[in-house]
Amino acid sequence: MKIRKLTLTTGAAVLLAGAASAAWDEYKPLFALGYAEPEEGQLVHIPPTLQDLEDAAMSPELKEVVRRGYDLFVDTQQLRGQHVFNDMNCASCHMDAGRQPFSAALWPAAITLPDYRGKNWQVNSLEERVVGCFTYSMNGDPPEYGSDTMLAITTYMQWLAKGAPVYPDQEIYGRGYGSVDEPEQEPNYERGKEVYAQSCAICHAEDGQGLKQDGQVVFPPLWGDGSYNWGAGMSRINTSAAFIKHNMPLGQPNSLSDQEAWDVAFYMNSHERPQDPRYTGDVHETREKHANFHGRTLYGTVREVDGHLLGDHDNTGEKDFLRPEILRSRTFD
Amino acid sequence: MRKKQLAGGLALLLGFGLAGTPALAVDGLEGDPQRGEGLTQTCISCHQADGSGQNVPGGESWPRLAGLSAGYIARQLKDYQEGRRQNSTMAAFANMLDDQAVADVAAYYAQLPVTEAQGGDDVDDATLARGEELALRGDWNQYIVSCQSCHGPGNAGAGEAFPGIASQHAGYIAGQLHQWQEGERDNDPQGLMAAIAKRMSDEDIRAVSAWLARQRVTSAQGDSK
Ligand code: HEC
Ligand code: HEC
Ligand code: HEC
Ligand code: HEC
Repeated sequence: MKIRKLTLTTGAAVLLAGAASAAWDEYKPLFALGYAEPEEGQLVHIPPTLQDLEDAAMSPELKEVVRRGYDLFVDTQQLRGQHVFNDMNCASCHMDAGRQPFSAALWPAAITLPDYRGKNWQVNSLEERVVGCFTYSMNGDPPEYGSDTMLAITTYMQWLAKGAPVYPDQEIYGRGYGSVDEPEQEPNYERGKEVYAQSCAICHAEDGQGLKQDGQVVFPPLWGDGSYNWGAGMSRINTSAAFIKHNMPLGQPNSLSDQEAWDVAFYMNSHERPQDPRYTGDVHETREKHANFHGRTLYGTVREVDGHLLGDHDNTGEKDFLRPEILRSRTFD
Repeated sequence: MRKKQLAGGLALLLGFGLAGTPALAVDGLEGDPQRGEGLTQTCISCHQADGSGQNVPGGESWPRLAGLSAGYIARQLKDYQEGRRQNSTMAAFANMLDDQAVADVAAYYAQLPVTEAQGGDDVDDATLARGEELALRGDWNQYIVSCQSCHGPGNAGAGEAFPGIASQHAGYIAGQLHQWQEGERDNDPQGLMAAIAKRMSDEDIRAVSAWLARQRVTSAQGDSK
């Protein structure tokens, strides 16, 4: 292993060099599993654990809200039919309850928002970011701004960022799902199907519907009404390839080749799912309007194997509306 | 836990009645639990009449079979027969069964209510807390994914591929984890279990085995359906 000195945080007294190399140590087993090591100058932050919360000098009331946020994050199904209309928990796509690097850890959002977001062409607050994941990933009706549920979730995120500098100048280590180099060969449905049968079907099932037992989701569905909708980040092939490469098969990260990750991401996202809440009534028009997003999805394209036009339907899944009213746009003109 | 037994009986009715999908354990053979019971005379000296098995401290524990899924049991028996899982004690007994008999005993054990486990009494609270952490949340810095994310809610089993491990004997759980670490057991699909076991320390194994053995599984939760 290369020993490099990292500029962890300029100006934040909490992450001194000593504390920093301790942080390094905690992630060492991850490097052995094929995760990239931090690069010179990157911001590394190890979020606190639930045990740290118990030990922390914080008001019991605040701890209670953090615990509530954690509970909502790992068991979001408790909001089923109210805010959530598919089989997902937030933790289905954010491993270790949103603590894990290369698994869209939550703390970076807490220290970099409000920030401009290309997805909706405006500056978003942390609450608006959460509204985004409810709208698309959960195919849902997001909790109100300022509601107890919203407060609990955002408090949990902010607590995970404890000690990290706000609006850091450095690049953040392990943010999002990382990235996977562009594949040598164009991603391919048939090859993806093979990877899927070999590496994924044992849990997510041959038909992609996962496994439910006694009404509880054990393995989440990857497509269909129970899964994320066409507006979710996971429907982008580059994003899902990176998620899969760094997080799947469960327990065996980085075990697929880059090509396999792209192929299986392509296969997974060549299936139908609930309509994009930004749907204008015309799939081509919607794709065009959100080209910066859909440029990496298969929405509005024809599936080669059977000529099916993906996303050309009015199916909103389990919910009976298309677009949640809470989405808002603002301008400071 | 008398209540459990009642729930178990109910699960049996539901499992073979409502669901309408009899356990097709081996190559499409349908198992008959009644016939299966008649074939277990040779098994009960170790696995006991109620399928509870026995924790054998310092020796080779006999696993609880009661309430494991039929598909899992049948595949293990086939694996013993064909050498994919190696154990000198079990190979001889597995070899006494033809395919129909494998399907039948699997169907029989699958519908028995989950019994209580033994072992794991000799650990302190900190060890139990570590065991609970591994079982329910995992230790992601070591990339030990929580046991329940594969073994299902309550670690009571998920589908046919992921056996119930809650309320399994501590000695058996620990023994299997060590076997995986040493490469002596390697019949797990896609090496899914080996990957996790190899990241565990001896202390982790002791902790999680003790914690799991202490859990009670109501059969409504079990994987026998
Ligand atoms: C279907 C998968 C999926 C689910 C379920 C999901 N998310 Fe996400 N989440 C994503 C993706 C994809 C991203 C963007 C990752 C990237 O930047 O590449 C993301 C990013 C985020 C971010 C921003 C992280 C950052 O670095 O800025 C937050 C905050 C977040 N999600 C919160 C939530 C919450 C809260 C829930 C539950 C209500 C949730 N997510 C459910 C897929 C999901
Ligand atoms: C051992 C079981 C297992 C295997 C094998 C597995 N997954 Fe998963 N997968 C899970 C679990 C469990 C989750 C949810 C994470 C959690 O709850 O901890 C998940 C989550 C996901 C998600 C995000 C949630 C969703 O439903 O969209 C995607 C995408 C995914 N897996 C794709 C794959 C792909 C592709 C493969 C094969 C390369 C694969 N998985 C192999 C168990 C598995
Ligand atoms: C002399 C004691 C003994 C007898 C008799 C015996 N077994 Fe076993 N059985 C064991 C032991 C020990 C193991 C664990 C072996 C290992 O580590 O692989 C085991 C494991 C098993 C397993 C795998 C369980 C699991 O959870 O993976 C099955 C299934 C099984 N036995 C079925 C049977 C059947 C059916 C019979 C009767 C035909 C039988 N056994 C007779 C001792 C016995
Ligand atoms: C990524 C999925 C996965 C995770 C996570 C996982 N297991 Fe397993 N485990 C399996 C599979 C698959 C099998 C079945 C192996 C077979 O079919 O031979 C298994 C089997 C076992 C067995 C043998 C059961 C028997 O009856 O013989 C034990 C014991 C066990 N696991 C313990 C654990 C413990 C403890 C943890 C958590 C520290 C854990 N597992 C986490 C996938 C997993």
